[in-house]
Amino acid sequence: MAKQNSFSLKFDTDWQYAPAPESTDHVEIKDRYDLFIGGKFVKPSSNKYFKTINPATEEPIAEIAEANEKDVDSAVKAARKAFPKWSSLAAKERGKYIYRIARLIQERAREFSVIESIDGGKPIRESRDIDIPLAAAHFFYYAGWADKLEYAFPNRKVEPLGVAGQIIPWNFPLLMAAWKIAPALACGNCVVLKPAETTSLTALKLAELIQDAGLPEGVVNIVTGAGKTGAAIVNHKDVDKIAFTGSTEVGKMIQKAVAGTGKKTTLELGGKAANIIFEDAPIDQAVEGIINGIFFNQGHVCCAGSRLFIQESIKEEVEQKLKARLETLIVGDPLDKNTDVGAINSKEQLDSIEKYLKIGKAEGLESFQANVTVPKKGYFCKPTLFFNVAQSSRLAQEEIFGPILAIQSFRTVDEVIEKANNTPYGLSAGVWSDKGSKAFNLSSQLKAGVIWANTFNKFDPTSPFGGYKESGHGREGGMHGLEAYLKIS
Amino acid sequence: MDFKNTPKIDQVGLVERADRFKTRSIKKESKIQGLKLALNMIDLTTLEGKDTSGKVKQLCYKAMHPDHSLNVPTVAAVCVYPNYVAIAKSALGNSKVNVAAVATAFPSGNSNLKVKLEDTRMAVDAGADEIDMVISRGKFHEGEYQFVFDEIAAIKEACGKARLKVILETGELGTADNVRRASDIAIHAGADFIKTSTGKISPAATMPVTLLMLEAIRDHYLKTGKMVGMKPAGGISDAKTALHYLVMLRETLGQDWMSNRWFRFGASRLTNDILMQLKKQESGIYQSGDYFSKD
Repeated sequence: MAKQNSFSLKFDTDWQYAPAPESTDHVEIKDRYDLFIGGKFVKPSSNKYFKTINPATEEPIAEIAEANEKDVDSAVKAARKAFPKWSSLAAKERGKYIYRIARLIQERAREFSVIESIDGGKPIRESRDIDIPLAAAHFFYYAGWADKLEYAFPNRKVEPLGVAGQIIPWNFPLLMAAWKIAPALACGNCVVLKPAETTSLTALKLAELIQDAGLPEGVVNIVTGAGKTGAAIVNHKDVDKIAFTGSTEVGKMIQKAVAGTGKKTTLELGGKAANIIFEDAPIDQAVEGIINGIFFNQGHVCCAGSRLFIQESIKEEVEQKLKARLETLIVGDPLDKNTDVGAINSKEQLDSIEKYLKIGKAEGLESFQANVTVPKKGYFCKPTLFFNVAQSSRLAQEEIFGPILAIQSFRTVDEVIEKANNTPYGLSAGVWSDKGSKAFNLSSQLKAGVIWANTFNKFDPTSPFGGYKESGHGREGGMHGLEAYLKIS
Repeated sequence: MDFKNTPKIDQVGLVERADRFKTRSIKKESKIQGLKLALNMIDLTTLEGKDTSGKVKQLCYKAMHPDHSLNVPTVAAVCVYPNYVAIAKSALGNSKVNVAAVATAFPSGNSNLKVKLEDTRMAVDAGADEIDMVISRGKFHEGEYQFVFDEIAAIKEACGKARLKVILETGELGTADNVRRASDIAIHAGADFIKTSTGKISPAATMPVTLLMLEAIRDHYLKTGKMVGMKPAGGISDAKTALHYLVMLRETLGQDWMSNRWFRFGASRLTNDILMQLKKQESGIYQSGDYFSKD
């Protein structure tokens, strides 16, 4: 490849985009939210509430109830009480309820999108075009399975597990609730779900929607709170299944806590995905995929392509194009329709990301940040590239969960496979090559649950998702996602 | 340069990227500025068998005075067949509007080089500021890339001071890889502009195809520092689509290309839709189509 020269493009243009804020008029957020137990909103027994913050403005949005052990116990009891009737309901009727939830999400998609962006900081373009439509799609998909479970597992007998405790993260609040609730209900289980403490609002709006859908009382219970509330669910004796998406650290704690209890688990944990670009790749499309792979949702994605491996012969060209692309990313107000990268979810997460920026500096790594302006108030982080990162660097080894890309290089196929697999994680990977045989070779040798070829971060309800190694076990999505919520004999 | 080995394009990723530009929301002052810029980038075109000097003169008037009730710029150029260049030239007088002529056995390009050169010289001699040539797609499909290259280089020489736009007719090239290859051939052979289509073949300009041509221009610039212009033509008939193209231009090539020196829309109907939108921005309501001259 020819050497790249120093000519550069100027993206600070005379023609600028005017602010294009999404309207919030149609959004209803209460000042205070209680726990959703047995089909009703009930006050927490501790009478304690905590504030949920808009990370783009640092202003409080609403107060959220904090559930303690007693509240979790009543939620589990409500679920247990609802279970016999729900699990013996004609499967096609169960399916109808789930379809109804899906349709109501579609009807209220605008409201859900705006709340997701206000509460979590993600750009409205993503909550509008990805999170909310995908959440509805998951309910539609699993509604279809409700009366076809025997076809999914021919010649086997399938039964629901009972009460599922589900703990979800803050990066895709409603979508993760859909991933958990939809298959559980389709298989005839009842659930107690806990959203993350920084992003409870859309789960609570979903509770209201579930009321409107007329779902029998107690089939879905939503309790809010932080780690302690989650621990109460995990340790509750009458829970048959724990489904958790979140950090590997907490995943390990859960695994220890349920050891010997007979509880089934699905754990979807951290990741440090290798995104590999070969010299025979479609470069411009790959650059776009790399950018979306790491900066989608501010990098708060467990399957984010956070380690980029560039074949050395195209290193300069790809790095130059990545820098240019960074210049055109718009960072700022999550509610502006033109925003590409929104706010970091919380102060705590921003501190953690900034720690890694310091580590990169301390290691003396060359870095690049686009010349973009970031709002003064709120939790924001400029998209960042680190170059020539060594395999032994912490930036290449640890999950940062933010808009930071560690760029490494390689020479041969064998070398990159070894480096890509040299991590405790194994959630996802990406391969960029115009040569089909190379992509197939890599996809069979990379130890990751999801491998994308010439694309990245593509999600679909029909496709199973889950990890190898410390990225967890069990699959969500697709037919495989049913298995996690069934006794199969 | 080995044109057999040009950069690979992934069609799916290309379309996805092009679609992303459409999610940009262009409002208020940004919209007005964008619409005026787009108007100023139009090559107002008439390329019909039934063209007459009367029609060409009317078009020239519209080019210079798109709308009397609005404060708007002129279009960039009037695009006609070579035999109408002299008429257009005199109708446009001292205005800044250029005359562009299609040449080289437009639209098929099926003739020999001698005729094509003659066609080009005729237009240049009549005063054409710009020449829109077509490449030999048949030869391209036969893999005769050197032939295509040499032909463009020869026409470029015949253009003299006139700027050369090279029409690839992307609708006949079949694949994104082929469009990239044809773009590279044209750029290296000396094109001042590369242009998607004649307007006689469907599909004409699309956002994905324009994007990949912009990327070819960008790659050439980053390696050599030499700028090449871009002209999507055919099928861009509404103001909203034109704004999407400008977003794509802005985020692919940036400031230096944001003028009619380096970017053109080959269009005829687009002008009135832009005027209608500008009028709407001014008055708050959409006016009847009857308030805008149909030329």
